[in-house]
Amino acid sequence: MATEILMPALSPTMEEGTLAKWLVKEGDSVKSGDILAEIETDKATMEFEAVDEGTIGKILVAEGTEGVKVNTLIATLLAEGESADAAPATAPKAETPAPAPAEAPKAAAAPKVERKPDWPEGTAMKQQTVREALRDAMAEEMRNDGDVYLMGEEVAEYQGAYKISQGLLDEFGAKRIIDTPITEHGFAGIAVGSAFGGLKPIVEFMTFNFAMQAIDQIINSAAKTLYMSGGQMGCPIVFRGPNGAAARVAAQHSQDYAAWYMQIPGLKVAMPYSASDAKGLLKSAIRDPNPVIFLENEILYGRSFDVPDIADYTVPFGKARIWREGTDVTIVSFGIGMQYALEAADKLAAEGISAEVIDLRTLRPMDTETIIESVKKTNRCVTVEEGWPQGSVGSYISSVIMQQAFDYLDAPVINCTGKDVPMPYAANLEKLALVTTAEVIEAVKQVTYR
Amino acid sequence: MFEEVSPRLHVPAPAIRPGDDPDFSHVAIPRAGAVDRPEPDTRPEDMREMAFSIIRVLNRKGEAVGPWAGSLSGEALLQGLRDMMTLRTYDARMLTAQRQGKCSFYMQHLGEEAISCAFQRALRPGDMNFPTYRQAGLLIAAGYPLVKMMNQVYSNDGDPVRGRQLPVFYSSKEHGFFSISGNLATQYVQAVGWAMAAAIKGDRKLAAAWIGDGSTAESDFHGALVFASTYKPPVILNIVNNQWAISTFQGIARGGAGTFAARAHGFGLPALRVDGNDFLAVHAASQWAVERARRDLGPTIIEFVTYRAGGHSTSDDPSAYRPKEEGAAWPLGDPILRLKAHLIQLGIWSEERHKQAEAEILAEVMAVQKEAEAIGTLHSGQRPSPRDMFEDVFAEMPPHLLRQRHEVGY
Repeated sequence: MATEILMPALSPTMEEGTLAKWLVKEGDSVKSGDILAEIETDKATMEFEAVDEGTIGKILVAEGTEGVKVNTLIATLLAEGESADAAPATAPKAETPAPAPAEAPKAAAAPKVERKPDWPEGTAMKQQTVREALRDAMAEEMRNDGDVYLMGEEVAEYQGAYKISQGLLDEFGAKRIIDTPITEHGFAGIAVGSAFGGLKPIVEFMTFNFAMQAIDQIINSAAKTLYMSGGQMGCPIVFRGPNGAAARVAAQHSQDYAAWYMQIPGLKVAMPYSASDAKGLLKSAIRDPNPVIFLENEILYGRSFDVPDIADYTVPFGKARIWREGTDVTIVSFGIGMQYALEAADKLAAEGISAEVIDLRTLRPMDTETIIESVKKTNRCVTVEEGWPQGSVGSYISSVIMQQAFDYLDAPVINCTGKDVPMPYAANLEKLALVTTAEVIEAVKQVTYR
Repeated sequence: MFEEVSPRLHVPAPAIRPGDDPDFSHVAIPRAGAVDRPEPDTRPEDMREMAFSIIRVLNRKGEAVGPWAGSLSGEALLQGLRDMMTLRTYDARMLTAQRQGKCSFYMQHLGEEAISCAFQRALRPGDMNFPTYRQAGLLIAAGYPLVKMMNQVYSNDGDPVRGRQLPVFYSSKEHGFFSISGNLATQYVQAVGWAMAAAIKGDRKLAAAWIGDGSTAESDFHGALVFASTYKPPVILNIVNNQWAISTFQGIARGGAGTFAARAHGFGLPALRVDGNDFLAVHAASQWAVERARRDLGPTIIEFVTYRAGGHSTSDDPSAYRPKEEGAAWPLGDPILRLKAHLIQLGIWSEERHKQAEAEILAEVMAVQKEAEAIGTLHSGQRPSPRDMFEDVFAEMPPHLLRQRHEVGY
């Protein structure tokens, strides 16, 4: 698709300007840094340069046009082999300035999140566990693309420590389902190198707790190399495995890393709850040209959900799912936190409190727009996660709500999180350390002043 | 029965420190031509002694002798000399530029030029180096434009990596030079992974990993050797032993192993140990390892024995931890002078031509410097556009980054 050239903001406060002069014409080839046009504001005239190389497709705003709003599509840039008709779908009619964006320039470039459901009405469904869904996702992508392979401890002969890779060795052989020596740091580095070398590895960590050993490879190399190499060397890779608490595995095997990875530019982070999302998101993750952290949950592996019986079912990143619509409070969660959120919503409904429940599904990119829209309706928000409170996913969501929907809030946002202690082993203590449905209900009652 | 004694902490220390007379009597150096050349398909266990000697080709008279001689033509050697001289001249100019404040930091190669310049001659396009910060000769020998290197050091608007990396952290996929990692050794294991990908895909390409003596202590080094040993991909595992890890002498990382090359033995990998200041020996050993990779015989470890004649970086003053005269006393000499002597001995070079070449190269480098400085330096001229700051975080720019870019006015 053609690249959009938008009216630039030449200062933080600029909202519109005059497109004084085009220095290129349709059909010209340009490279990054070439001056495309002169833009005038009430303060100055400035040159506007190309970011990408390509051929100027259509010029959509004629020179001399005044009052062109920032972020208006002013021209298209074609990659090699594209025709000028390959203009972006959003192209306004040529020669007239595009209508001013409905919102402030800040939000203008963000595409609206689609609200349509994940599958068409009437789609046949089948019951599947999260475990089976993950396996199917990997198998389907491996059938489609010979560059995809799976690497990790016990993934081949043993079929995965949690049996996620069941049957894959038989189908794809030892060259694509690779049992590794026990060194997360080592095989993460190997996989990163192989991604640099043109393959699309899926790295299974037996648990994400063990990925701590590999975190330098994940963050300093996988996430940053595309940037550091000036865009030359990217790292298409998926790091996946169970994350967070299972049961009775104590401090070093129970940590939720959602907030950690969510912080890193260059990484994408998915944390599915249902089987259909596990499948659709993992397929998208494997196809993504960027490194993806895919956080699963051991307790959810055996849980069954409806999965649409659609060939090649994928779920896009950055699109939350509204599991339950409601009017009194917004409960935002992801991964196993959804279990508490949904249980709480059920019980609250019996007490006459209508909760809207949002599953973020991916934490980076994060669909904050869906949260904000919901909060504007319910005026209250509770977040739910198993991780620790300081620097939590919920605290980030709270800050976004405060910045974008402060005036809509009728109560402070409450973050339901795990307790601020390493996970204890004893069953009673472990239960206390984790977030509970009762705590979610209590939080909702607080924000609704019941 | 035995007599029990309390444990003592053993801390290796260099034999000499500032104020002492330089002494390299502990470095056992065989005569040029004395070390055998095993066939590349020799089993690792049948060539272990190679890890404890030093392959040398050029003797004191400048003659190429022994079984490792003859891997390069006279023409290639002349080009090699030119590459090394270019690198040294470039280094000197950049070092001065750093002192003048045109860049914040620089790392030179003084004394180590032969290793990267000769190694690159054994590779072919498509092969990939995962270098550290003292292998810019790989780029020069691959024909990468000097002006791009300078633009990178100056972080100006011509910088191919758009002002995102420290000086000398070059990157060119096309020239087989992977983006340098500031975290030592991380790319040693990535090179093995890259080579495994080549093996999985059946691509006829090899990877070359680079590490310094000090960084072999990183777990990445050991992880890399485990995978190299197990999956036997086409990778060459280079260790540049320049005696010093900043101020830490090589004995600290090496421990009781005898040599760094000997680390290979526990992994069942073949190892060579090479005179890193001997252009011909570096090339011959590299070619031997390349042949192993191209014949699918597996990885090779090469320890290049050399001496870091300059400071670690522009932030380092080596006189604080080693005698100033130590570099001059280094028994393996200066790689440029040694190759020059050989070419004169061959009758294809002379003192006059050398002087002339020095002047030509200096003029060339200064012209490039003018070109680069006309674009800009760290604090002046055209610098990378703030637009670039937001590119390449992801393969496609997400909306929030586009918004942030607009917010800063680009």
